[in-house]
Amino acid sequence: MSSPATPPTAQNTPLGGDPPPVRIVTERHRLGVRLGHWVNVVALFALLFSGLQIFNAHPALYWGLRSDFERPVLAMAAEDAGGGRLRGTTTLAGRRFDTTGVLGLSVERGEAVERGFPAWATLPSYRDLATGRRWHFFFAWLFAVNGAVYLAAAVLGGHLRRDLAPTRRDLRHIGADVWDHLRLRFPKGWAAARYNVLQKLAYLGVILVLGPTMLLTGMTMSPGLDAAMPWLLDLFGGRQSARTLHFAAASLIVLFIAVHLVMVLLSGPINQLRGMITGRYVVVVPKEAARPGKEAKEEA
Amino acid sequence: MSGDPHRRGWLAGLGAGLGGLWLAGCDRLSRSERALGALGAAEPLNRAVQRLLGRSALAPEFTRADLSPAFKVNGTANPPDTDYQALAAGGFADWRLVVDGLVERPLSLTLDEVRALPARTQITRHDCVEGWSCIGEWTGARLGPLLDRAGLKPQARFVILHCADTLDDTAPEGLRKYYESIDLVDARHPQTILAYAMNGAPLSVGHGAPLRLRVERQLGYKQAKYVMRIEAAATLAGHGAGKGGFWEDRGYEWYAGI
Repeated sequence: MSSPATPPTAQNTPLGGDPPPVRIVTERHRLGVRLGHWVNVVALFALLFSGLQIFNAHPALYWGLRSDFERPVLAMAAEDAGGGRLRGTTTLAGRRFDTTGVLGLSVERGEAVERGFPAWATLPSYRDLATGRRWHFFFAWLFAVNGAVYLAAAVLGGHLRRDLAPTRRDLRHIGADVWDHLRLRFPKGWAAARYNVLQKLAYLGVILVLGPTMLLTGMTMSPGLDAAMPWLLDLFGGRQSARTLHFAAASLIVLFIAVHLVMVLLSGPINQLRGMITGRYVVVVPKEAARPGKEAKEEA
Repeated sequence: MSGDPHRRGWLAGLGAGLGGLWLAGCDRLSRSERALGALGAAEPLNRAVQRLLGRSALAPEFTRADLSPAFKVNGTANPPDTDYQALAAGGFADWRLVVDGLVERPLSLTLDEVRALPARTQITRHDCVEGWSCIGEWTGARLGPLLDRAGLKPQARFVILHCADTLDDTAPEGLRKYYESIDLVDARHPQTILAYAMNGAPLSVGHGAPLRLRVERQLGYKQAKYVMRIEAAATLAGHGAGKGGFWEDRGYEWYAGI
């Protein structure tokens, strides 16, 4: 291992004559984490889009043991807008919104079609519940096995405790961290090679709450598993509640993914992507801070 | 993002192109028999796990307070078949339930004879594959004792339920009528009944009069309505397209426990 390849020049020497910063390649993500991440990307994509295909077979959600068709929590439909035209509506908790063209009513080849989510959001794009279910249950198994292996390894291998559990110091600085994120100021130097507290809490929420909720609410919708494990129904307040929570948790995962992708874009997408593909991530630190930690190696 | 409209258009085009490619790729896989076969690997896994966790577990039962005020009618609401219409017009007096196939003693039972068989009443949840659920009270003859009375031959592995209703008159001959099938684990399950009453009243035509199957640990399309004939069989081949049911022949799972 040779030393960093950034010769001190007039251009990169900061005012005041400080030594130039150096680029150090760190081993950021272990193979298991990287593998689990990308399997999850594929599984979540298939699950999300096939899930919306399944939702479209009856685009309404209810609370409780059974469907109270008069009182849906959420419902998408096409209704007569007068003059022979149709309008797509979405009713959420009793309030109705016009969502023509996106939810309730799609325009396909110039024709208005009653449809919960539009074709671009479903797998397959055309209406086919049987095929949507095949995609969904295949990738549900992949998601469950991948998640179980990841979680077991994270607990036993120390990833959870070492990298993800917020420290007391983390929690004390949570306010400052929120303020930094709002101003899009992200950790630099060695701090960029660790998870910050908001990252830790977001990842823990997804790993320990949303992921298991997706799996368990999905299982609660199975009449066969309800017979074998009736406690599932008690846990979520019935099959229709479980279906609603399944949709809500999926929506939160979509929100997480959106924020996650924005953060990757804002914090150096090439470096972040390389970190998650090859494991190697570059940090830029002042020369005097370039003591390789136990996980850090100098750039070859 | 820069404000350069050319660059924005290029990016939007790239996004739409990648999105379109993704959709087209997934649709192509969705139409490939091989891909569908691979994705279908989840079905035997689901069946194995559910059988392992609770081979004889009972489906949850509910109370009268939980009954759906308006139990949704799905699939056939009124069979268009003239044979069925004649039977219904006569109050099902001429209707007979035939039990045959791989049995020692083929049976032909009137509705009164079915009503006299060992019965069970249960308030259970009906889960449609579309996602909704309704709760109803069902009374019917337990299938297990009926099969014992007919005497299953050792080769029998499935029970095929032949129904009176044509659900798709545009399909080729042999694929138009509803039918279903279950294996002997489900056939002998204590909650598997041939229901002739719902919510304390005789079964309505919309819900499958005079007799429908209730196999409570599976989805709605397994709950065959308008049952005319119960056939014990060694294999599902030779009926419809050979997948074991009207919807199974159209791509749905035979094991519908999820």
